[in-house]
Amino acid sequence: MAFLRFCRAFLLRPLAQEPIRALLTALAVALGVAVVLAIELAGRAAAGSFHASLESLVGNEDLEITALGGVPEDVYARLATLPYPLHLTARMEDFAVVRPRGEVVPLIGLDLIAVAFEAGTIRPSQQTGSADRPRELPDWNSSVWAGPGLEVHSGDLLRLQINDSEASYRVAGVLPDDSDVAQLQHTVVMDIGLAERVLRREGRIDRILVRLPPGSDAAQYETLLSTQLPGVQVSRSGARTDENRKMLAAFRWNLRLLSYIALIVGSFLIYNTISVSVVRRRREIGVLRAVGASRAQVLAAFLGEAALFGLIGAIAGIPLARAMAAAAVRLLGATVESLYVSSAPAPVAVTPTIAALGFGVGLGVALLSALAPAVEAARVAPVEAMDRGAREFQARVHKGRDAAVAAVLGIAALGASLVPPVGTTPVFGYIAALLLIAAATLLMPAVVAASMPAAGALLKRAGKQGPEALLASRSLAASLRRSAVLAAALATAVAMMASVGIMVSSFRRTVVDWMYQELPADLYLSPAVPPAADRHPTLDPDVPEIIARVPGVAAVGSFRSFSTSYQGLPATLGASDLSVVARASRLEFLTGDRAQILSQLAENDAVVVSEPFANKHHLRAGDSISLPLAARSVSFRVLGIFYDYGSEAGLILVDYASLSRYLPETPPTNVGILLAPGADSDSTRQQIVRALAGRRVSIFSNREIRAQAIRIFDRTFAITYALEAVAILVAVVGIAGALLAVVIDRRRELGLLRFLGASQPQVRRLIVCEAGLLGLLANLAGLVLGVLLSLILIFVINKQSFGWTVRFHWPVALLAGGLGGVYLATLLAALYPARVAARLIPIEVVHEE
Amino acid sequence: MSVLRLDKVSKEYADGSQRVTALEHVSLQLSEGEFVTVVGRSGCGKSTLLHLAGAMDLPTSGRVWIAGVVTSELDDAGLVRLRREAVGHIFQSFELLPTLTVAENVELPLLLAGRGGARARALECLGWVELAELAGRMPHQLSGGQMQRVAIARALVHHPKLLLADEPTGNLDTVTSNLILALLRRISSERGTAILMATHSVELIAAADRSIRLRDGRIAPDG
Repeated sequence: MAFLRFCRAFLLRPLAQEPIRALLTALAVALGVAVVLAIELAGRAAAGSFHASLESLVGNEDLEITALGGVPEDVYARLATLPYPLHLTARMEDFAVVRPRGEVVPLIGLDLIAVAFEAGTIRPSQQTGSADRPRELPDWNSSVWAGPGLEVHSGDLLRLQINDSEASYRVAGVLPDDSDVAQLQHTVVMDIGLAERVLRREGRIDRILVRLPPGSDAAQYETLLSTQLPGVQVSRSGARTDENRKMLAAFRWNLRLLSYIALIVGSFLIYNTISVSVVRRRREIGVLRAVGASRAQVLAAFLGEAALFGLIGAIAGIPLARAMAAAAVRLLGATVESLYVSSAPAPVAVTPTIAALGFGVGLGVALLSALAPAVEAARVAPVEAMDRGAREFQARVHKGRDAAVAAVLGIAALGASLVPPVGTTPVFGYIAALLLIAAATLLMPAVVAASMPAAGALLKRAGKQGPEALLASRSLAASLRRSAVLAAALATAVAMMASVGIMVSSFRRTVVDWMYQELPADLYLSPAVPPAADRHPTLDPDVPEIIARVPGVAAVGSFRSFSTSYQGLPATLGASDLSVVARASRLEFLTGDRAQILSQLAENDAVVVSEPFANKHHLRAGDSISLPLAARSVSFRVLGIFYDYGSEAGLILVDYASLSRYLPETPPTNVGILLAPGADSDSTRQQIVRALAGRRVSIFSNREIRAQAIRIFDRTFAITYALEAVAILVAVVGIAGALLAVVIDRRRELGLLRFLGASQPQVRRLIVCEAGLLGLLANLAGLVLGVLLSLILIFVINKQSFGWTVRFHWPVALLAGGLGGVYLATLLAALYPARVAARLIPIEVVHEE
Repeated sequence: MSVLRLDKVSKEYADGSQRVTALEHVSLQLSEGEFVTVVGRSGCGKSTLLHLAGAMDLPTSGRVWIAGVVTSELDDAGLVRLRREAVGHIFQSFELLPTLTVAENVELPLLLAGRGGARARALECLGWVELAELAGRMPHQLSGGQMQRVAIARALVHHPKLLLADEPTGNLDTVTSNLILALLRRISSERGTAILMATHSVELIAAADRSIRLRDGRIAPDG
């Protein structure tokens, strides 16, 4: 109780005397906490729902059997005759587009006759009759059951686009509204026979779900069935969710780490606030120690002050995070869908875990940041009365030592960047980035001390801010400790902006260049379905021939893609008509001769794989990979590794003809159309549309498809820009708070200037000048640090996480705009403290002691 | 013409809901080269008098002329201009800016006023207080006496007609105080600068041309 009273008098009262500064510090922490929580919340909501639709519709299954291109129906028959008490469920899985509203919904094909005789799994609604009266069952060949979210009733006609065909289906019933999984609310279920037909996969089942007898050893059955059924994949139920989760892990980790930058910036500001507090009250601490306060009490008091900021930050940060997450989840959901897996964003839910994370992060970062100054306060001897000048002198003395430590950290960062990843996680890349930030922070006092006189002289010469520039530069150099912390905080935020800006822009330029090489066709055609990484709707098999007959078309190349998994990670298998489009493309290989590789690819059981796939699975040219095609395990030789930026999961590319040997009559998912020399693109396109009348297809020119890809790319990285903006905001808020502290601390000096003839505008300009110099230094230091961090991001973290080779590119306009914006924001942040400084009453502040 | 003239000047401050009278009906006049001390107990109004005399504050009633200009008729910019041209300040705690060199401290008033030739003028003033050789040093490298001499050079750098000194020897030993006193006397006699100085020092009072005693905000009859 007594300690609380002591804290109130010693800590809360001084804070209450400077409410705006205290609020700005708390706001900085709140923003840091909020952005971390928002990314966690949005990440969970965007990625957490993907497992729902296809894996949890039919209860608790133990194993699942799949094969690339579908499991032949005879495998089901063989399974059924095995002498094991297995419960089998055959399933088709795809997507349908509800017309005319355009909503993409999961489409499940089930053996409804079998289901109808089982209780509880799917219950046709009462209108359709009950299972024990089969004569009342609907016509399986034209009926569907719809999730309640689709808001249709039994007997309604539901118009669905499946692949490139659109048809009406009679709603036989509405699925029970007892699922908490959002996607199930919008699912369409049909009989498996109908599904096979409309999906153009007759005779092949997408998945066989196996329920084992209670108490069975799943692993034992997994091995047993794998032996009995060579050529298919037997895996634990839920494996796909795990695969997707694994694949999304790197994406989410990188996003998470970006979100922590704002918190790091915030931690500099708490450190600064507590340091200022300790320095200001050093004499007070000495007196307190003299009258009996223990070191532990002093330590606890300052940590208490920090904890208060952490607590307020967490309390304000949690609702702020919810609002931010609501804005971010759509962006993230779209990214997850276009890059990884179909997903309907789940609602943003602040769970007790998230709240605990908020308090943990807020308090943790506040206490950690305050630890050093609080320990310093506890070490103050009762008789000590060390002034600020002496403390700054110490900072000047130690700047050489700190610079030496910074050099060591820099070398350690270089070393860490050369260490390979742990699995696919670039742990040492992250460590290298943190070491680099730490090195820059330690180097900052030396940089401030060296640069301020020059900057002041430069400003003095450049403009009319003579005395203001001189005083500002000298003051910043003299308050080395405080200036360095502020410059480091802002420089870290700037570095983040610069590094992510360089990385994204390098990546963008690489992708743009790659698209020019990769997309040689003049027109591209695919079913008119909203794109997602794991959706592969097919075209009518006749489509290529129909297009080939259109005047002006020189050649048509078919492409087929499948979602698959390889060694527990999702991947895409693509089959390309090498005789046409692939030959026209300038597919670039990491090593080897392109022409030779492509000619071999057409002849053998061979594949080429994308760079991310090769990196994930440590493959080299000459290695072999085994793929379960239909019901056979086929070994393919890897002829080469090509640059590809279309899929993070990785692409395995085979010749269409090779694929057809194992999966005959496989319809294409899209086609590339090469026009004859002199053919008019627009009129040919119109003729193709006319020739395909009645089919739901989209046709894009080369330019349109590239523009669409870049739109997706920009949307993907929009969230990173938002994170940068928050980090900058935290830094700028911190600068405003810190400058306010500067004004309060230096009020006597500012008052003296008025005695010496300074006008109010001059005092105002002095503070703005300090902010300007800090901003300039932080911008320059941040740019240098940002370039170094971008090298780590591009060549270490990106390469190890995603496996892409990205060519370095300087986004000059982006950097100039970004740095200019930060500089302007820094100056704006100084306006309020400058106003406070100008309004100080000199005769009061000069005589107060 | 008087360098400084106060005519029935009063100054009141608000202290919560109460009005506190710091100065009441004070009239005073200083001519060129005159050296006047203000004495009195703490809180008697010495500092308030110096603030009004230095155009740092305005009277509640009455008028203050500095170099012939009525302070209460000036706006903030006019007051700043008047301070820059006519007034120099010396403080008990020297108040040198620790981040500037000796020369930079001295030239600061000229720089703030945007006047040219600041460095040459600063060195000249430092020569006058016999510290030209220390121009490049930082304040913390100086003794107390040297710091006060630098502060005097700073107060003189813009050729003020009026020098206001608030206990200039309060933090100095006797020997150094005597040096400062001699310097101040030279300033008034050789440069014709009027000096108004708040002090408790008997030596300073004795050395002044005249002395004013303030008691409870009024000039005492014996002052």
